[in-house]
Amino acid sequence: MRTTKIIINKELNSAFNSWSTYIGYLLFFCICGFVNWISSSNIFNVGQASMMPFFIVINWTAFFMIHVLSMRTVADEKRNGTLELLFTKPIKANQLIGGKFLSQLILIIIAFCLTIPYYLTIIGLGHIDLGPVILGYIGLICISACYTSIGIFASSLSRTAAAAFLLSLGIGLCFQLLFGILARQIGSGWLAEFFMYLSIEEHFDSLSRGVLDSRDIIYFISLIVLFLSLSKVFICKTRY
Amino acid sequence: MDVAVENLSKSFGTQKAVDSVSFSVKKGEILGLLGPNGAGKTTIMKIITCFLFPDQGNVYIGNYSIRKHAYRLKQLIGYLPEHNPLYDEMNVIDFLTFIANIHNIPRYKITSRVLDMLKICGLEYEKHKNIRELSKGYKQRVGLAQTLIHDPEIVILDEPTTGLDPNQIVEIRELIKNTGKEKTVILSSHILAEIEATCDRVLIINKGKIVANGTAAELRKSNKEKLLKINIEGGETNRIFNELSLINEVDNINILGENHFELQSTQDNNIEKEIFDICTRNQWYIKELIPIERRLEDIFRQVTQN
Repeated sequence: MRTTKIIINKELNSAFNSWSTYIGYLLFFCICGFVNWISSSNIFNVGQASMMPFFIVINWTAFFMIHVLSMRTVADEKRNGTLELLFTKPIKANQLIGGKFLSQLILIIIAFCLTIPYYLTIIGLGHIDLGPVILGYIGLICISACYTSIGIFASSLSRTAAAAFLLSLGIGLCFQLLFGILARQIGSGWLAEFFMYLSIEEHFDSLSRGVLDSRDIIYFISLIVLFLSLSKVFICKTRY
Repeated sequence: MDVAVENLSKSFGTQKAVDSVSFSVKKGEILGLLGPNGAGKTTIMKIITCFLFPDQGNVYIGNYSIRKHAYRLKQLIGYLPEHNPLYDEMNVIDFLTFIANIHNIPRYKITSRVLDMLKICGLEYEKHKNIRELSKGYKQRVGLAQTLIHDPEIVILDEPTTGLDPNQIVEIRELIKNTGKEKTVILSSHILAEIEATCDRVLIINKGKIVANGTAAELRKSNKEKLLKINIEGGETNRIFNELSLINEVDNINILGENHFELQSTQDNNIEKEIFDICTRNQWYIKELIPIERRLEDIFRQVTQN
């Protein structure tokens, strides 16, 4: 755990020493604010004090932000040769991947914290149920963790950040959109249910409505473990 | 701690990078790995440092083996990779502190170790700079500092003086020599003079196999060729050349200039007496007779070009 903590500290220090992180946060804050308060689909047109439309915006903004953040995690280490430096030190692959994953997740959670003022403003507009809000944020964190693990996996397969971004975005879009569309196209039957189960949107919807189902949590954990394990396999493969 | 490499083999696809290599290095010894590009030096180093897994064979460091105790061994090894990978966005102090933390150095010792390394590697004036702002020579020093920061028992350096200016090369060689007094050092280099100046023993590798192993003096002695540079006065160059050509033991003669010749023979033959006899018979005299000692470079070329 100590080594993982050292990796997290190093990653966070590097991130906060770079202007791009602050610019990313500013963009995230502004996009969420614009869509919710100024655009044609703003919160006043919804007619009720709800965070649901707001979560959809955060979800999509975070979707792109996460792939940009995670594209460099392993690809840059491989390209610069620092993976060799790290693996000749007393670091295990699990600790490295765990450190990278948690540091990316912390950066995303900080971005979500920036949206709390929006929630406080909506409280002023009318009564808002706290349960769905908390579960909505938990859902967002779960989705972000899934996309971060996908991003790290794509990065472990690629040597350049651009290739990692495209691959990660491709896999992410499958879970975000494609599986849901396929399920609706098929309509009924086990295949439709299977694709519906794979769709992240489906699991997020129930959380943001305030329904905490163990199947959703198992789904998110399985996805994270699967992609982080695959990342480990591909990172270690280069050493055999 | 001693390092024992036993029957090590490693292939990349169909290409055999390391082929049944065995050698050992004792504590307090500096071993130099020499070889042309692609000979397998870096692969051997990467296996010893537990970065690559061998297809066959094992490496023992003290009582530990790379197959069973890789994690423990990484704490005992300091490794400077060939291209010296560093985190460019970090400053020198942060980077060395990060590496010290990774090596589990107790927190109260980290600052003093980092300061020691800055002093030893001559980085005191660069400590607050980002690594990307440093020259290649200073980056190499940062690489050396990260290699030595945890006071490793085994130091493995892949081309440690690449990119350094002549003064820095001398300083780094001194540092390596001092390190080698108490630790086991394995280094590779293309610069033969560097290997000769720094290492106690040389291992020449070609196509993944060891083709020569010994001290520089032993390698020279093992060379069967004997070269003599000779200046004979009192006669015409062509006549002297013809007479010298008649010596059965001489394999080759080159005319270097007027009355100057280079004779090649095998070590066992005593051609000096034959030359002396020819001179007395023809009333010539030997003005100069210099046995030419083979350089490590010649031996390197000889064993790697076969």
